[in-house]
Amino acid sequence: MMNIDLKKSKAVTGAEAVANAMRQIEPHVVAAYPITPQTPIVEYFAKFVADGVVRTEMIPVESEHSAMSAVVGAAAAGARAMTATSANGLALMHEIVYIAASSRLPIVMPVVNRALSGPINIHCDHSDAMAERDSGWIQLFAETNQEAYDLTILAIRLAEHEDVRLPVMVNLDGFILSHGVEPVEFLPDEVVKEFVGKPKRVYPLLDTENPVTYGPLDLYDYYFEHKRQQVEAMEHAKKLFPKVAEEFEKISGRKYDFVEPYKLDDAEYVMVALGSTNSTIKYVVDWMREEGFKVGALKIWMFRPFPKEKIQYYLNGRKAVVVLDRSASFGAEAPLYEAIKSALYEATIRPRIGSYVYGLGGRDIVPEHIRKAFMDAIEGNLLVDEQRYLGLRE
Amino acid sequence: MKTKQLLKYLRIDRWPTVWCPGCGNGIILKAFLEAVDQLKLKKDRIAVVSGIGCSSRATGYLDFNTMHTLHGRAIAFATGVKLARPEFKVIVMGGDGDLASIGGNHFIHACRRNIDLTVIVFNNMIYGMTGGQYSPTTPEEEYASTAPYGHIEKPFDIVKLALSAGATYVARATVYHYNLLVRYIKEAIEHKGVSVVDVISNCHTYFGRYNGMPEPYQMLEYFKTNSVTLQKAQTMSEEELEGKIVIGQFRKEEKPCYMDCYRELQKKAQGR
Ligand SMILES: Cc1ncc(C[n+]2csc(CCOP(=O)(O)OP(=O)(O)O)c2C)c(N)n1
Ligand code: SF4
Repeated sequence: MMNIDLKKSKAVTGAEAVANAMRQIEPHVVAAYPITPQTPIVEYFAKFVADGVVRTEMIPVESEHSAMSAVVGAAAAGARAMTATSANGLALMHEIVYIAASSRLPIVMPVVNRALSGPINIHCDHSDAMAERDSGWIQLFAETNQEAYDLTILAIRLAEHEDVRLPVMVNLDGFILSHGVEPVEFLPDEVVKEFVGKPKRVYPLLDTENPVTYGPLDLYDYYFEHKRQQVEAMEHAKKLFPKVAEEFEKISGRKYDFVEPYKLDDAEYVMVALGSTNSTIKYVVDWMREEGFKVGALKIWMFRPFPKEKIQYYLNGRKAVVVLDRSASFGAEAPLYEAIKSALYEATIRPRIGSYVYGLGGRDIVPEHIRKAFMDAIEGNLLVDEQRYLGLRE
Repeated sequence: MKTKQLLKYLRIDRWPTVWCPGCGNGIILKAFLEAVDQLKLKKDRIAVVSGIGCSSRATGYLDFNTMHTLHGRAIAFATGVKLARPEFKVIVMGGDGDLASIGGNHFIHACRRNIDLTVIVFNNMIYGMTGGQYSPTTPEEEYASTAPYGHIEKPFDIVKLALSAGATYVARATVYHYNLLVRYIKEAIEHKGVSVVDVISNCHTYFGRYNGMPEPYQMLEYFKTNSVTLQKAQTMSEEELEGKIVIGQFRKEEKPCYMDCYRELQKKAQGR
């Protein structure tokens, strides 16, 4: 778990933490459209712009479709460009989300996770992020406000690395993090500025000596090869992430990785999850360990590219693995479960494995739910083919 | 009209509403119900479709066939409803953000197509639901959470937009002019073809607070003093009209609407 020096930290919401990361990054362009629970990020940032704290050009556009389009245009012109959104806003961006990735534009976008309509719901789940899982964006998930802040800064370097050049979504749980107050240790402005550096202009639109074109027709002649390059870029992201994380550790003392093991050394039963629920899981791990249960947790920081090797490394040989998903894939296995299960296919000693869907539309998850799932694992009561639900009325 | 008589059109079990006390949305809703009552429309022959926003929550409280859709998309959904059930009165409700920014495209195309829909714009000149960001109808120099030093963009005039896009019934009233509002909504529902009623409304919580009118009555007062009728406006110069709200019926004309043209074409194509 991250050790935060309370003396050096400030109590802020996740939105304020992320907005401050954006302030320190000081992108050239921000285009955004309001949507709950993303709104406060952009509100804080708009204030920095209005007060002249940053020199960013900010455009409050008329929809998310325009927000992502404007950011793509700016990034293609060589600017460092950012936006932020949630749920239906992200869904409305969808077609341009793919354009950003395939044009290899290193846009960093905080996504404040919220359930996708319908019915209309403004609370947290991961259905918005999962709908973009195959879009070609790197997807990071924060457990705490500190992580949301750190990952936003770190993401710039990963996205803009010459061998990567891919956009990054930094996911933070709607309301739980975005509106919840936690201590966050901010880095000094100059340190962040030096860390992110100046963006390298790679094939910018406005280089009149070397004119380029973005997005021309690409049929069966080269489309396939371009997609292959995107696959390759994701591999590069996987290779380079530890290096970027190491450099971030140098400036912050905080270590990031693809995944975060918690009390795994001797753990026989491991729970895997994304986002803020990991804090509750850790609490339950501590509680159950006091009673002598050998339980532990594996938090997924990076969901795309999927860190299969790390997952195999940590889960191989355990007695059982419980996967928690905050989204469903109707008619198939839940996304995180599916990915973990597939990774374990290659494990030499395969653990028993169980799937639990929880928290859709902001339904609360409490320690008892998590304990129940752990107990199922401990009692040998997991069925690989059965999707179960935590906190659901049935 | 006594509010009590209109309660039968509401889903009272959904009360209280999410609206701030004094919000203009309540006035518009009542005017709409009064129009429906006067027209003696059958409840189950009315479909009300809304987008997302404070105003769009209206469909949750109305006991008709209602559909609460996506931000900006109500007109597109309503077009489908109308095509499937041409005998229905299909009414679209939404905010100025919903209908003129994120959904602006659907708005102009519905006007152009002259499909038989009634569009009631709850025009509070701001994004209410998300916290007071400026909208495409926020007047220049007014304040909003995204315009802390005054708004620099030119607003849409919903009436002019509807007129130039081809709407066949266009009217404007404010929530202060309640009786006029009932009349226009009534005419709009009766009208065959696309009808647009631009209702200038109060979001005192955001627009009001940002612009020195934090109380609902102050905004109503503002609408009262700053409105001029279309007849009067025609005698005024452009400078005199600066900052004024022109209310009235701007167009009412019979033109073949989409469904008629469609049936005509069907007949022709099938050689009947
Ligand atoms: C695709 C999408 N983007 C953003 C939002 C967030 N959102 C909800 S309502 C709203 C604006 C509300 O303003 P308006 O349409 O004028 O209605 P009002 O609340 O003022 O009645 C926004 C931006 C959303 N629901 N969906
Ligand atoms: S925020 Fe504004 S539009 Fe929304 S209910 Fe309150 S007064 Fe009405």
